[in-house]
Amino acid sequence: MGAIQPKVSEPVSDELALVDAAKAGDDAAFEELVRRYDRNVFRIAQHITQNREDAEDVVQDAFVKAYTNLKQFQGQSKFYTWLVRIAVNEALMKLRRRRPERTVSLDEDVKTEEDSVPREVADWSPNPEQQYTQAELRDILDRTIHGLPATFRTVFVLRDVEGLSTEETAEALSLSIPAVKSRLLRARLQLRERLNKFFQRRDRTNGSQKTVSGDGNQ
Amino acid sequence: MKCSEFLHELTDYLDGVIDAGTKSELEEHLAWCHNCYVVCDTTKKTIEIYRDSKLYELPENLETKLRSAIATRCKSHKNKTSEGKA
Repeated sequence: MGAIQPKVSEPVSDELALVDAAKAGDDAAFEELVRRYDRNVFRIAQHITQNREDAEDVVQDAFVKAYTNLKQFQGQSKFYTWLVRIAVNEALMKLRRRRPERTVSLDEDVKTEEDSVPREVADWSPNPEQQYTQAELRDILDRTIHGLPATFRTVFVLRDVEGLSTEETAEALSLSIPAVKSRLLRARLQLRERLNKFFQRRDRTNGSQKTVSGDGNQ
Repeated sequence: MKCSEFLHELTDYLDGVIDAGTKSELEEHLAWCHNCYVVCDTTKKTIEIYRDSKLYELPENLETKLRSAIATRCKSHKNKTSEGKA
């Protein structure tokens, strides 16, 4: 079984030139940066806030904040990573305002040992997503990822959906690399576990489902 | 290799950032442990499905609205800053 193919991102060679031009007052250059990344920022914001209106606000606020603080961007990281960092902070602020009863912090490490251990191992159909219409599939994926703690959800979205590297994700979220890796593993395993009930192979009446013990060394 | 050790390395294995020695140990484990094979395969599919899902795509009309709002707010900031300097 091979590794997953890394997501091919758009070339960013002219990104720095655009940022420099925008810093010098060229608004068309900044608008180009908005055009390049607004879809990504919207997706990230929607994943974190789980609310369409909040995500719209986050897109606006993040770009306006980037624009007004552009001079502080030193070019040591990619502009996109810097922008994501701003957007994630804006999105978390929205989430805190909306759910003040729950503290939302990326530092919170939701410690549950069992969440790293697969409880249900079931083969999936060869193309499980094709059992559903696009709308049904989106609903399943939306509800499933919605159930993850914000910290896991955010790491999963940046790494696996948006294709940032582990290092870029760590930088954007102010987390250590081991913390990103640990959250990513748990996010991936929890999503897999939750998707089991939708995607598992249904052509066998028994024997397709097994329970794994904590350290199932066989 | 125990299943727990396999799981510990799963993320690096799926990301293809693992040294050759560990990779071959993991693949040896996968060859006989059906449960870990299934977990690895379905985790990989989970990632691929989310990546391809087009979940939360920005509709074109909303994108136009947001771009225009951003441009207006940036312009207003610029005007205020230049008035301040004048």
